[in-house]
Amino acid sequence: MTTERASTKSGPSGFSFTLGNDAYIRRRLLFSRIFAWLCRLATYAALAMLVVLLISVIVNCVGRLNLDFIRSVNSVDPEKAGMLAGLWGSFWLILLTGLMAIPIGVGSAVYLEEYARDNFLNRVIKVNLSNLAGVPSIVYGMLGLTVFVRMFDLYGGPDQNAKIISLLGGAVRIPIPLGDKVLAGAMTMTLVILPIVIIASQEALRAVPSSIRVASLALGATRWQTVRHQVLPAALPGIATGVILAISRAIGETAPLIMIGALTVSRFCPAGIDSPLKLITQPTRILQAPLDQFTAMPIEIFHWAKQPGDEFRPVAAAGIVVLLLVLLVFNGIAVWIRHRAGKGLRW
Amino acid sequence: MVGTGQIFRTSSRAKSLHPMSSPTTTSLRVPPAVAGIDRDKDMSSHADAISARKLNFYYGENQVLFDVALTVPERSVTALIGPSGCGKSTFLRTLNRMNDLIEGTRCTGEILVQGQNIMDPAVDVVLLRKHVGMVFQKSTPFPKSIFDNVAYGPRVAGERNRAVLADLVEDSLKKAALWDEVKDRLSNSAMALSGGQQQRLCIARTLATSPQIILMDEPASALDPASTARIEDLIGELCANYTIVIVTHNMQQASRVSHQTAFFFEGRLIEVGPTTKIFTSPTQKKTEDYITGRFG
Repeated sequence: MTTERASTKSGPSGFSFTLGNDAYIRRRLLFSRIFAWLCRLATYAALAMLVVLLISVIVNCVGRLNLDFIRSVNSVDPEKAGMLAGLWGSFWLILLTGLMAIPIGVGSAVYLEEYARDNFLNRVIKVNLSNLAGVPSIVYGMLGLTVFVRMFDLYGGPDQNAKIISLLGGAVRIPIPLGDKVLAGAMTMTLVILPIVIIASQEALRAVPSSIRVASLALGATRWQTVRHQVLPAALPGIATGVILAISRAIGETAPLIMIGALTVSRFCPAGIDSPLKLITQPTRILQAPLDQFTAMPIEIFHWAKQPGDEFRPVAAAGIVVLLLVLLVFNGIAVWIRHRAGKGLRW
Repeated sequence: MVGTGQIFRTSSRAKSLHPMSSPTTTSLRVPPAVAGIDRDKDMSSHADAISARKLNFYYGENQVLFDVALTVPERSVTALIGPSGCGKSTFLRTLNRMNDLIEGTRCTGEILVQGQNIMDPAVDVVLLRKHVGMVFQKSTPFPKSIFDNVAYGPRVAGERNRAVLADLVEDSLKKAALWDEVKDRLSNSAMALSGGQQQRLCIARTLATSPQIILMDEPASALDPASTARIEDLIGELCANYTIVIVTHNMQQASRVSHQTAFFFEGRLIEVGPTTKIFTSPTQKKTEDYITGRFG
């Protein structure tokens, strides 16, 4: 736009305007550009941190990360130390945590969003859910230690009373009180992630337009049918994402497990199941595994990282890479579920 | 609001269907009714489908309906008109107890539907809503296929037989004048239909539950004139078999599609009578002021 054109008077009223030649406009545009660059910088800074972390971990683990690392258990020899016990420990821990946290969490969210009346108690619960999500996990660890591991010392000291049940040609040993076993760890971990699961599910349910509920009820559906056929399918992608993010957090959580007394160094997988094959060949052990001692991936990493000397550094790095890979798989599953669940809906 | 003088634009579509109605006693003119609506029909032989008595309704402390008494004959169309906030939609929603869903509401009085008092706490609202269907202002198709949308009502009522459902879906879509447009894409998403088609789908969905009474809450207010005309024609066809109560802001629509018109104002039923009479010689000053556009 030329200056001549820009300053031309237009219209009989004598109204004039300038285009792109105004100091004020130029200043505003400059601010706009600076702001965009600041935002871009913030994004790249976060990305840069991640890249630095990945590179340093991968460089460190070279030579140590191989198939043997996930095929062998821990050892005092850094050349032989592996993560098998931690992998299986985390597997059982997360499986049980999911089995408990998903039904309880989604159920609570459905109750709070679809059924609960707006009374004092329910308002207190809703407000405090976000507070609970912010409670440090070590506090839940303490709670788990008292309630699940020791059971308030009502049943004597650790492992004083155990029941042995014969089942399908094997025997299952049930510790009372629960003790530092997978089940107690999973119950504690459930407490840690429940608020996250509930809040994410609540948000997903709230995003379902209420006109769908009203229309369903007006067609003679019960509340349960409305939730089952309309609300939950529409909210499923959001719920699944929230659940997987919570589970990812549980995989990496260390403090509550140390608090309840999970093993730091273990050469044994829970119930001795060290390959998927044994899940089929020795089914009674599946029942024993949740009631056995365990270690978990982040505990092993923590253990290796705090060893004096440099020998275990590559081992810790390899452990971190395996942990990140597992998290990546979980996030992949979340994306896949979102995609699948979205297909059933025909928006 | 429309100005004085010629109040109603008579649509050419309606004109072609019906000759002009007989000269009226006042200067007001009523547009011709749509096909299927005989406004001069004597409804005294029809049994009462709905009979409300001494109906009071409260949102918390705020009373929004005062001693409403209204009788709706079977197989007829009753239009509820009145300015925004007059209580006509609230009244409509008491008829299938949709107001139960809003916390803090209270209702006293009596509503007989097919002779049964639906205000009775013992009444199963799920069953009631199957018999008293509802179509909303905003079309609300479920994010499912067209077939699944229409089959939803029968399915939640326990119908599992695929063939029965297919027949019901076809029958309902035909009654809602949508079958020819969608018969080749029943498995497509209902969300892909146009606004007018979505609203007819919602009507088909309601018909599939075999209701006796259909409540319509401004069913055409979000639609273009052509789609509105289709909905109005549909009401004319449906009233042969169903009792219809329709809330509308559009007074021409009220006069085109209804046998009986009820005028609500500030929570009270001011006047109710045959549509032709309400629109030509209302007895109440308020009614006349409203339909001539002096307020509202």
